[in-house]
Amino acid sequence: MSTAFPQAAKVALGMPQLRSNLAHATGTIRAKRAKVAGELDDWEQLRSAAAAIKADVQRRMPELAVAFERNATEAGATVHWARDAAEANAIAARITREAGADEVVKVKSMATQEIELNEHFEAEGLAAWETDLAELIVQLAEDKPSHILVPAIHYNRTEIRDIFRNRMADAPKGLTDDPAALAEAARLHLRRRFLSAKVAVSGANFAVAETGSLVVVESEGNGRMCLTMPETLISVVGVEKLLPRFADLEVFMQLLPRSSTGERMNPYTSVWTGRAAGDGPKDVHIILLDNGRTEVLADEVGRQALSCIRCSACLNVCPVYERTGGHAYGHVYPGPIGAILAPQLEPGRHDDLPYASSLCGACYEVCPVKINIPEVLVHLRQQGPHQAGEKAAMGAAEAVMARPRLWRAALGAARFFSRPWRGRGFVRRLPWPGSKWTMSRDMPVPPKESFRDWWKERER
Amino acid sequence: MSRIGLFITCVNDALYPQTPKAVVAVLERLGYEVDFPRAQTCCGQMHANSGYRGDATRLAESFERVFGSYDAVVTPSGSCAAMARDQYPGLIGSDIGERVYELSEFLLDRAGVDDVGARFPHTVTYHPTCHGTRALGLGDKPLRLLRAVDGIELVELPEADQCCGFGGTFALKNADVSSAMLEDKCRNAAGTGAEYLAAADNSCLTHIGGGISRSGGPKPIHYAEILASTA
Ligand code: SF4
Repeated sequence: MSTAFPQAAKVALGMPQLRSNLAHATGTIRAKRAKVAGELDDWEQLRSAAAAIKADVQRRMPELAVAFERNATEAGATVHWARDAAEANAIAARITREAGADEVVKVKSMATQEIELNEHFEAEGLAAWETDLAELIVQLAEDKPSHILVPAIHYNRTEIRDIFRNRMADAPKGLTDDPAALAEAARLHLRRRFLSAKVAVSGANFAVAETGSLVVVESEGNGRMCLTMPETLISVVGVEKLLPRFADLEVFMQLLPRSSTGERMNPYTSVWTGRAAGDGPKDVHIILLDNGRTEVLADEVGRQALSCIRCSACLNVCPVYERTGGHAYGHVYPGPIGAILAPQLEPGRHDDLPYASSLCGACYEVCPVKINIPEVLVHLRQQGPHQAGEKAAMGAAEAVMARPRLWRAALGAARFFSRPWRGRGFVRRLPWPGSKWTMSRDMPVPPKESFRDWWKERER
Repeated sequence: MSRIGLFITCVNDALYPQTPKAVVAVLERLGYEVDFPRAQTCCGQMHANSGYRGDATRLAESFERVFGSYDAVVTPSGSCAAMARDQYPGLIGSDIGERVYELSEFLLDRAGVDDVGARFPHTVTYHPTCHGTRALGLGDKPLRLLRAVDGIELVELPEADQCCGFGGTFALKNADVSSAMLEDKCRNAAGTGAEYLAAADNSCLTHIGGGISRSGGPKPIHYAEILASTA
């Protein structure tokens, strides 16, 4: 069980470097996204189209998964089904061993983070090397990603230079924190891995049922190296990544780069359909992962979380995420999407996450697939569980508010008993739980005359 | 003549009589007759958003009972109007929310006026509250009304669209994050040098005002009070 969000958030709030890194990074990407999204006249129609396609996928998931399996198999891929993380990891490890390898290179993938593939491989005596620059930084630092798209967003470049210097054996001497120098150091380090790797592990952004194709969208080209050079390719794909038709990509390829990196187009999009003779990996495996997803599908409100294309726009605009960073959420999916996905994927383990939001709605406004995150947050809050004291207080408040006469009496009492503070106009310190309010805010004092009194007087 | 009910909200009922008074003044100045049904209490938003669906349902039902017969319900709160419009259909299967108007919606969309004949010779900065702006889709409606006020000088609030950190029980459950958000809002508000910080929700203003009361900055005011002013 991870630390509760409020406590973890408090720790993060006390780290000024983290806060300034985050504010800077999210602020920059937020502005870029707003600019490129604003360029498209049909942005709203694209969002609606994407939401409709995803809703269709959720209605026809079994049918589409079977079609995908058939078409991918016909094209020469081997499709495996994994009910949970343990099954997926075991399949991936077995394929790696059968390929005569004891290490794999990895394309950046949230699904493999979710199933903790790296940790599992390590426990089995296999090595999994991240090749996405930011994932590499996080792996070298023996840290956890704190953002879906920019896993090392919590580091600035000086910190990254130190990680390279201290933890990357082949780091050049005298490495500076110049971004170009850092990238070059990583490039040299990774090149050796690409050239020796026999097996690669990836995720996928989309899985096209109609053709059996997988799609990986990336920026660096390191993914492309992994997808094409090794002999064996293993892709771990959550079943919600399915799309019915190849043509559906047209919608998503406009939305995803703009929403995630704030670019009109991403530099590398790899699409592969099974095996191709004389080109790319000879042995292509696809692990279709459930890991709680069909359970989520059963909840008609909650299931919109499965529409997520992991663009991370909601993280970048979230005022809570911006201040706490990803680690406070205690799950691979942080921010607004994590707050609705983690508690559904792992019921009972993240009950405080639906409350990690002021319901400001900035996430819903930017989400390219129109997931109504505030609606799902409220929905999950309504599923409980509720703390007993709070439940009693809420019940008592409702009992008063549902009875106009009692309500008026309660307001009258509040006006009466707050008289001593009226001169000053506010209260600086309240006892618990009011102290949670007055830790940073003064509390206004009820007025001498209520609106009701005034209205009654007027009606005479 | 259509019947207009005034929903003052529980927060104003308890703490801010001047806001609903201002709504009455503006509407009457425009020739509307307003009714205040005394049995009103709370829209149920706090309960719904905190996860207490049963409690919220009962409060929504009582709102429906009290206001069901009105042609229009006007309220000086973007979040309470959003509650009725967004959540009542799912909660109690009622579309009464279609007839619940946040004040600026009523004035601009129903009454068709943007100049309500107000005068307020002060500098004002405006915070667009989240539920009003995003959930209800108010856009810049309150600002449009403010721009037409005589003598007012509006100054832009930096990072205006950032949430102030109130969020109902969020302010208590995640008090540290809420306070960090508040700190930034107060700094931005103070930086404007304005005399007043206006908004469309007194719950957010209680939070922001409570912070400004310590750190200094513009005086919080509901924008309805500016519209009511003829000073
Ligand atoms: S929930 Fe929406 S905005 Fe957030 S990561 Fe997923 S697709 Fe992007």
